[in-house]
Amino acid sequence: MKRPMTITEKIIAAHAGAEYVAPGDIVKVPVDTALANDITAPLAIRVFRETGREMVFDPDRIVLVADHFVPNKDIASAQQVKTVREFAAKLGIRHYYEPGRGGVEHVILPEKGLVTPGELIIGADSHTCTYGALGAFSTGVGSTDLGVVMATGRTWLKVPATIKVNYTGRPGAWIGGKDLILYTIGILGVEGANYRALEFGGPALKHLSMDNRFTICNMAVEAGAKNGIMEADEITLAYLKDRSSKSPMVFRSDPEALYERILNIDAASLEPQVALPHSPDRVKAVSQVGRVNLDQVFIGSCTNGRLGDLEIAASLLTGRKASTRLIVLPGSSEVYLDAIKKGIIETFVKAGAVVGPPSCGPCLGGHLGILADGEKALSTTNRNFLGRMGHPGSEVYLAGPAVAAASAVLGRIAGPEEI
Amino acid sequence: MILEGTAWKFGDNVDTDLIIPARFLNVSDAEELGHHCFEDLRPGFEGLVKSGDIIVAGKNFGCGSSREHAPLAIKAAGINLVIAASFARIFYRNSFNIGLPLLECPEGSFDQGERLKANLKTGEITDVSKEKSFQAKPLPDFMNAILDAGGLVALVKAKGIL
Ligand code: SF4
Repeated sequence: MKRPMTITEKIIAAHAGAEYVAPGDIVKVPVDTALANDITAPLAIRVFRETGREMVFDPDRIVLVADHFVPNKDIASAQQVKTVREFAAKLGIRHYYEPGRGGVEHVILPEKGLVTPGELIIGADSHTCTYGALGAFSTGVGSTDLGVVMATGRTWLKVPATIKVNYTGRPGAWIGGKDLILYTIGILGVEGANYRALEFGGPALKHLSMDNRFTICNMAVEAGAKNGIMEADEITLAYLKDRSSKSPMVFRSDPEALYERILNIDAASLEPQVALPHSPDRVKAVSQVGRVNLDQVFIGSCTNGRLGDLEIAASLLTGRKASTRLIVLPGSSEVYLDAIKKGIIETFVKAGAVVGPPSCGPCLGGHLGILADGEKALSTTNRNFLGRMGHPGSEVYLAGPAVAAASAVLGRIAGPEEI
Repeated sequence: MILEGTAWKFGDNVDTDLIIPARFLNVSDAEELGHHCFEDLRPGFEGLVKSGDIIVAGKNFGCGSSREHAPLAIKAAGINLVIAASFARIFYRNSFNIGLPLLECPEGSFDQGERLKANLKTGEITDVSKEKSFQAKPLPDFMNAILDAGGLVALVKAKGIL
């Protein structure tokens, strides 16, 4: 008898050429798209060479993005980007992006229509799970796995069990994807979904734009998950319409599919959420955080660097001044241009922000806003590990763009209702 | 294979930023990465660790980024084996792929500086100092195959697997 399956199991089964797969099965699958960045690609290229292959499996299915230490922050970074650029040119990889053409990898792949529902994406970056928002199976690996994928077009996967998260109710005015996912990680813990798929669903999703949905799937890995995923709906298909010529394969979980655990979260009752140092699961409602004076606010990254995020922040900053250092890095050139057209960049600059190039920047403590000993920052990024944004004696609080803007204005962690 | 070494103890949720901070990721040379292993968490680690030593840790070791630089740095620093209550999944794949064995042993309790002996095939870990034994989860066949071949690339080359 055919076993009911989750969306994750269905996509893996379809790729494995199997009628069905079950959690724990180890399968070998073809990969639709393989991704690496300026940190992970140089190692993956070395591994690719070690395999002895002359050609990559398909130059049009490999995406290489220079986004972490760009514009090149030092000579060593410049050498790494050069390695990637030359490799792309030599092997005919068209999808090579550096600043001015691209932006942060997980912002630009969906934007450029490189991911469609039902696909299987492997990326040498842990936040590859972002694309689950489009109904694709996508997961992060390291450079050796990716180097082998570049050579063979295939990888092995252990089929994950699935945890279902149902969001109900209509989220409040200032509640976005970041608040939902932080709250969820607070319940699950940083290891709560290790080796599992996190499937997000429920009636609240229809109130969430693609930008908010990317934010949710982006942080699935912060609960340890292998992938985050959502079923594609009208909002997904409308997003893809002008971006991708590929035809989507829309998979849905069977009603009787087996879940390891089901969480029900009422989005209507949520306050804006904040994760306290030094772990993304130390989550509190903003009103419960207490007084925390800030030195810096950062708005950007693959989590909250999209147009919708900048719009929310700008709506709170209009006619106001930041009383902290405020750094804004739009997630991509497209986001940057749209933000210019809408007057959002002007709002940021007038509020006293420094608006920099699309780059990971300070998210991983690379450059463009590193913290000194004892400094506290509020950031719209996804990780606040010890030393993540600079000195090990600094502290990072995570929140969405509304809390970030309100906090920048008041110089302390604050909710949008306070200004 | 039997591995024997001195234990370096770490806690829960040791993330890859702690293993190798991002500011050192502008190079991918393993030896260079090894010099900065645990630099913020355990300053001086690299000078103290001896070849063949073993890391023992709590839950979710290696969580966070996909950087393979993390297991590379650990291996280059001289560590031969990591034993933890559990591992984050990308770190788990990466370690075997580059030939750094891991043993998952939720029951194990080890102290800093103890002498440990581990049998990779059976998963038996002996605390030589305390004369106590623990059973780690046996390695999945696929991980054994990768280790026996000497890493994923060697396996793919030898067997054309995948
Ligand atoms: S923005 Fe941050 S989390 Fe996203 S890819 Fe860049 S470094 Fe990683």
